[in-house]
Amino acid sequence: MDTIIRKPGGTPDRGGPAQPLLLATGLRKHFPIPGGILGRATKVVRAVDDLTLSVAKGETLGVVGESGCGKSTVARLLIRLIKPDLGSVVLDGDPVDEPHGITVNELRRQVQMVFQDSYASLNPRLTIVETIAFAPKAHGLPAADAKERSRDLLAKVGLEPNTFAERYPHELSGGQRQRVNIARALALRPRLVILDEAVSALDKSVEAQVLNMLVDLKSELDLTYLFISHDLNVVQYLSDRVMVMYLGKIVEIGKVEAIYGNPQHPYTRALLSARPSMDPRKRTQEAPIQGDPPNPIDPPSGCRFRTRCPFAEDVCAQIEPPLADAGEQAVACHMRVAGSGHSKAARA
Amino acid sequence: MSNLLSVKDLQVTFVTPDRTIHAVNGVSFDVKRGETLGILGESGSGKSVTLRSILKLHPAHRTKWSGSITLEGDEILTMGGRDLANLRGNRVSMIFQEPATAFDPVFTIGQQISETVRRHTGKSDADAMKRAKDLLEMVRIPSPAQRLKAYPHEMSGGMRQRAMIALALSCNPSLLLADEPTTALDATVQIQVLLLIRELQRELDLGVIFVTHDIGVAVEVSDRIGVMYAGKLVELAGVEQMVDTPKHPYSRGLLASTVHDGMRGQRLEAIPGAPPDLGEVPTACSFAPRCKFVEPKCLSAPPPLAPVGDSHLVRCVVAAA
Repeated sequence: MDTIIRKPGGTPDRGGPAQPLLLATGLRKHFPIPGGILGRATKVVRAVDDLTLSVAKGETLGVVGESGCGKSTVARLLIRLIKPDLGSVVLDGDPVDEPHGITVNELRRQVQMVFQDSYASLNPRLTIVETIAFAPKAHGLPAADAKERSRDLLAKVGLEPNTFAERYPHELSGGQRQRVNIARALALRPRLVILDEAVSALDKSVEAQVLNMLVDLKSELDLTYLFISHDLNVVQYLSDRVMVMYLGKIVEIGKVEAIYGNPQHPYTRALLSARPSMDPRKRTQEAPIQGDPPNPIDPPSGCRFRTRCPFAEDVCAQIEPPLADAGEQAVACHMRVAGSGHSKAARA
Repeated sequence: MSNLLSVKDLQVTFVTPDRTIHAVNGVSFDVKRGETLGILGESGSGKSVTLRSILKLHPAHRTKWSGSITLEGDEILTMGGRDLANLRGNRVSMIFQEPATAFDPVFTIGQQISETVRRHTGKSDADAMKRAKDLLEMVRIPSPAQRLKAYPHEMSGGMRQRAMIALALSCNPSLLLADEPTTALDATVQIQVLLLIRELQRELDLGVIFVTHDIGVAVEVSDRIGVMYAGKLVELAGVEQMVDTPKHPYSRGLLASTVHDGMRGQRLEAIPGAPPDLGEVPTACSFAPRCKFVEPKCLSAPPPLAPVGDSHLVRCVVAAA
C-alpha cells in the first residue's frame, strides 16, 4: 500500500517484496552478419547466450564487463528495444508480450532507460520541458498536467524550471543534458530504471553530482536500478549486487561485498586488479591477464574465458561451466565445481 | 639535468568568424629526459590543446600562439617547413586516443611503419621493413612477422594501440606525447598498454607527456602531475605530493569526487557548477565561481602560480597564503 502513497500515479506493487521486480529467463540474442553469397548470414555474433537474471525490488544491480560482453544488449532485451531469439521477461509476475501477460507498451511504462550519449538521446527540436512531457502525453495525460509534471521533475533533478524549461538541448552542458534524460526517464513514474553507461561520458566532478542525485532519487521515488558501466569503482559505489559478464555470459554474480572482497572467477579477479592504482607507492607491476577479449562472433568452446585464463585445462575447452552457487555468490568456473575434472576443483 | 622541453607562458587562441576561444591562457612547465609528466584535466581544460601545440598541429590560419615552446633549445612556435617536418616524428611524436582512426585503413601496419622509417631515415625498403618488425617486437606484439602484413581492421584495439606506439617510436624521438591513449581501451587491455608505455619510457629514456582525465591512469604513469583548469595549470607537483596533499581547491575537489574503493555509502563531495566559458580572457581566478574558499582577493586579479613547498606549485592565493 505504501508504494501507492509514495508514488502517486505509479503502478502499485503486486507480488510483495519477495517477488523479483524483473525476472529474465534464458535470454538469447544472436545477431546475424550478412556476408555470404546473396547477403545470406554466414556468421552470427553471439551477443547474449542463455542468460538468466532477476532484479529484486528496491535494489541496484550493477552490470560490468568489457566491450562486446553483451551488457548493453541485455539492457535492450529487457526493455524490448530488440526482440530476444529465445527467453522470457517477467515483470512483477506478469510475463511480457504473452497471452496472459502485459504488453510491451505497459512494460516500457514501468521500465525506463537512460543512455550514455546525452545529446543523441534528446530531440534537438523540442525544448526540454516538451521532451519530458512527451511520454506522459503519449500515454494519455492532458497536456497541461504533463507540462506541470515535467517542471516538477526538472526541479527534482536540480534544474531550476524557470531558467531551464524553455531551453533546447544544445543550450545545456553535458551534465545538465544527462539530468534532463534522467528526468525524462522518470516522467512515466517507472519502477525500474536501466542506466546504460549513464555517467560514463561526464567529467569526474559532474559525475559525482549525478551519482549523488541518483542515490537521492532512488530513495525518494522508491526506484530499482539496473546500472550498467565499465567503471568498476562507480559500480561498486552504487550497487547492492553485481553481475560480471564475459562474451555474452554471466561469469559471476553476487552481493557487491562478495564480488569486490572475495572474487571467485579468474576473470573477475583480473578485471578488479586491472584497475589503476590510486597510490603512487603501490603501482601495478604486472598486467593481470594478457591479450584482448576475443571476438564474440566465434567465442571459444567450453568456458569462453579459457583462452585468457591462467588456470585453463582440458575440461575448460570441452564443457561449458554452469553458473553454480559458491557461498556468497554464483560463479561459472570449473575450479569451483566439485568433481568437474579440473585439477583445482574439489573431488566429487 | 637540463630540460628536454620547456614551455613558457603558452597562450593559444582560436579565432573563428563568430567567436574567439581562449583555450590556453599562460601555461609553463618543463620536461626532462626520462621523466613522465601527467597532465590531468576535464574536457575543455586545454590539456589536449597544450599537447598539440608542441607539434603545432592546430590549423595555422585559425590559431594564435604566443609564449614559447623550446625543445633542446630550439623554438618550436616559429618553426615551419623542413624544420617542422623534421621535428614531427624524428624528435617529438604522438599517440592518440583512437588508434583505429589514426591508421590508414588501406595499408598494412608494416607498410605504414616502414614508410615512416624510410621517409625519416632514408633506409631501403627491406631495411625499413626489418626495423618495423623489430619495433612490433619491442611493443610486445606476438608473432610480429605475420602482424606486419595485417591491416588495421584485422587487429584488436589493444594491438592497434601497440602498433601505434611502435609507429610513434620508429624514428627514436626524445619526447613522446600521449593524448588519452588508453581511454578507448577495455580495462584489462588499458593496464597492459600503461605498463608498456612505462617500460618503454624507462628503456629508451624518453620524456613523456601523458594527457588524461583519469586520475588513476595519471598516478600509474607519472613522475609529476599538472592539473589544468580553464586553460591554466592550477597545480604542479610530484605524483605523491599531488595525491597526498593536493593544495588547489580544484585538485582537491577532483580527487574527492573521484569514486574509488571504500567510498560505498558515503556521499560524494561533488564540485558544484560547471567550468567557465572560454570566450573571454580571465580577469580573476577562473575557479572562483565554484570554489568554497573564495575570498575578495580571488576576484581582483588572476592568481599567479606560486610555490607552496619543494617543487610544488599552486595557482591559488588562498592555498599559497
